[in-house]
Amino acid sequence: MKARYLIPAGIFLAMVAVFGLVLYQINQGRDIKEVPSPLIGKPVPAFELPLLLPEGQRFSSTQLQGRISVVNVWASWCVSCRYEHDLLMQMSRNLDVSIIGINYKDERVDALKWLRDRGDPYESTVFDHDGRVAIDWGVYGVPETFIVDQRGIIRYKLTGPITAEKLKDQILPLIEQLNQGSKA
Amino acid sequence: MRWTRWLLIAALVLSWPVHAVKDIELNKVEDEARFQDLANELRCMVCQNQSIADSNADLARDFRNQVKEKINAGQTNEEIREFMIARYGDYILYRPPFNMATALLWLGPFVLVLFGFIIVFRMARRKRVSDENPREVDTVQQARLKQLLEDEQESRP
Repeated sequence: MKARYLIPAGIFLAMVAVFGLVLYQINQGRDIKEVPSPLIGKPVPAFELPLLLPEGQRFSSTQLQGRISVVNVWASWCVSCRYEHDLLMQMSRNLDVSIIGINYKDERVDALKWLRDRGDPYESTVFDHDGRVAIDWGVYGVPETFIVDQRGIIRYKLTGPITAEKLKDQILPLIEQLNQGSKA
Repeated sequence: MRWTRWLLIAALVLSWPVHAVKDIELNKVEDEARFQDLANELRCMVCQNQSIADSNADLARDFRNQVKEKINAGQTNEEIREFMIARYGDYILYRPPFNMATALLWLGPFVLVLFGFIIVFRMARRKRVSDENPREVDTVQQARLKQLLEDEQESRP
């Protein structure tokens, strides 16, 4: 007799718990549209692309080894890239990482103008004019940011602009942890 | 006023999107059906609720071109699907494979239907049991019921 009332109540409470948890996570800044990348924990996809600057030189994915790199996919037509630009500039000044830009489906002149006008946080920027390399990186919405460890393994991916919170809560601790790991 | 017309035409032609990446054509016409199947099965990641066949988004077009290119290169559907999953995860498929992460998604509806059947079955059985054993109204209640009915009749004009 008792169980008859307990079962629906139990189901109800379980649903409340699940919905509550998800709502709490959304409240804490979880983006439910975010799709987890299968590339995390995998080596960076191999590529070779021309550099935006200096023109004529090329960059290969093997150069993403030996140091921690922050790989940032951006474009001059991308509005939210503007929001994160300041933070990228700060990161380039204060962090011991190489920040690599992947300029996505852009025009060379526009991209160069952007860097001239706003400042260039990138150690190198590769020019992915047709966006093919970006597909290999699983890019679907610029800006996107990856953290690659010293062995060239992708450790983190962020879709959407870097925010002060994400920098503080996710990116900086991971870089710190990777630095510690290399010393130990 | 003729020159303004030409100016307009020139402006329209020149404003053609700089990004007009050439669309890839299928080598063989008979591959079209295969391409449509794949394109309908792959999710356009930026729109999230459209397949790459339905979407006009830039990324969807890039995906379509990649699929066509791979079909032209003689890859199987399985290989093309694997290529997309390796980059975007199971989420890119509208028919995700059955595994631990998708078990609830695949089985959930059946479990709910099963639950419904159990509930209906139990309710039906309970009703049958109560029909076969009508509850006896005791004499005190019977008397009270009679009283109430009589009162009702009396109060009517």
